[in-house]
Amino acid sequence: MLILAFDTATPAVTVALHDGARVVGHETTIDARRHGELLAPSIAAILAGAGAGTADLTGVAVGTGPGPYTGLRVGLVTAQVLGSTLGIRVDGICSLDILAAQARHEADGREFIVATDARRREVYWARFGPDGSRLTDPVVTLPAQVPAGYPIAGEGPRLHAELAAAGEMIGPRYPAAEALAVIGADRAARGVPPGPAEPLYLRRPDAREPGRPKRVTA
Amino acid sequence: MTAPLVLGIESSCDETGVGLVRGHELLADALASSVDEHARFGGVVPEVASRAHLQAMVPAVQRALDKAEVTLRQVDAIAVTAGPGLAGALLVGVSAAKAYALALGKPLYGVNHLAAHISVDQLEHGPLPMPSIALLVSGGHSSLLEVRSLTGDITSLGATIDDAAGEAYDKVARLLGLPFPGGPPIDAAAREGNPEAMAFPRAKYRDGTFDFSFSGLKTAVARWVEARQAAGEPVPVADVAASFQEAVADVLTRKAVRACTARGIDHLVISGGVAANSRLRALAAERCEAAGITLRVPRPGLCTDNGAMVAALGSDLVAAGVAPSAPDFPADSGLPVTEVLARVLA
Ligand SMILES: [Zn+2]
Repeated sequence: MLILAFDTATPAVTVALHDGARVVGHETTIDARRHGELLAPSIAAILAGAGAGTADLTGVAVGTGPGPYTGLRVGLVTAQVLGSTLGIRVDGICSLDILAAQARHEADGREFIVATDARRREVYWARFGPDGSRLTDPVVTLPAQVPAGYPIAGEGPRLHAELAAAGEMIGPRYPAAEALAVIGADRAARGVPPGPAEPLYLRRPDAREPGRPKRVTA
Repeated sequence: MTAPLVLGIESSCDETGVGLVRGHELLADALASSVDEHARFGGVVPEVASRAHLQAMVPAVQRALDKAEVTLRQVDAIAVTAGPGLAGALLVGVSAAKAYALALGKPLYGVNHLAAHISVDQLEHGPLPMPSIALLVSGGHSSLLEVRSLTGDITSLGATIDDAAGEAYDKVARLLGLPFPGGPPIDAAAREGNPEAMAFPRAKYRDGTFDFSFSGLKTAVARWVEARQAAGEPVPVADVAASFQEAVADVLTRKAVRACTARGIDHLVISGGVAANSRLRALAAERCEAAGITLRVPRPGLCTDNGAMVAALGSDLVAAGVAPSAPDFPADSGLPVTEVLARVLA
């Protein structure tokens, strides 16, 4: 088994490779504006570092967001192309679930929240069980609407003081592909049907229907 | 020896285009358009276009392969529009192309959309003689270019200083209650109208530059229509459409022909979405013949954005032995026409 994992839903461009037993390579670069430049070379470097080629891959695990950046689509289109070209499994995983896997040990047996930056003063968030399983669908809301009293992971509490004050801050700021690779390899090994490699936008595109044309004469 | 098989991907605006070209032979051209999703907004909504590109990309590539009866393994090189265009839309095509290049281990060329619009004519009319003058007119661009080599020597003689010609079509169509995009309905309405009914202004007509301006024309049409409406009279849509279209075609062809004579170049190629306009094509043919200029205009389906044009330019670059782009080249919404290829591999 050789699973390539990557996520581009946040400013982190993160790539990892899992051989079925362990993570054999990973790389993360934080740059919200360069997903399209960084991802493919990073994948090539991780594969080369492991002495592998794309033909050796047996599956792809990709973060599906939610994410407010145009970069979210970089990961998803890359996963779809690799999957269709190489004829391999593509497993779409909610990016909040990746952060949950990274944070659950610090939750120490409690339910917890993962909240990421949705821009426009909002956050994407969901609530998780102590084992890292997601209990609610991801939503986008104002920070004030996130329930208080839970340990909280992700960029949300690092950007919004009210979230940091509402619960203990745990886990990392951004998802890491090492965690995604472990999830992806485990799901592939257990034969879990792959999740759709489609973006979780959670918002409609900004577009307003025009009114009547503006008059040019007074 | 057969020429290399080149896969071209275009996603700079609202069309997801995938073309397969061998040399200058067009094997397949698959297109998915999000134009209907933008119609009610009266213009292309970038986020809507980007979402549609992601949905359409892999299926469009598959359709092109099926049409050409080839497999991805047979592809020798990949070309993709690196810019100019909508940043988020370009990013989907560029990312897809990089993934294909990675999965197949094939060279990747990030190419200039404007140069691709010129190259596409060769799929229909054979190699373009050098030098040539190119007039590119669409919803996003209006420019006059001097082409000394499609693979690396294109200079700008002039461009619009405000609205692109296609944008003016969209705005006038809205004034007249015609649907988006405005080009085809105005062209259709104009056939029934009198192009001399109103004397709409020809901005920068004799200014000695090769620049264009269509903002004043659009305003003049709006004033005329509003005066009619204020007087409670019906708007003669066909006459307005015909007179507006005449003004656009007159300025574009006059400047294009003047560029040829000024630069001593006897080949003119017109491309871009507005080059599908029947009046522009007819007037250009008339004026080029009078001036002894050989006119080349691709068929309408190749004038609008498509993947074949990207594959055509990629094919030129491969044939010229140009090194591919570096794997980290960016999608560049402002890529200048002087850069035919994005960030060459060192
Ligand atoms: Zn174009």
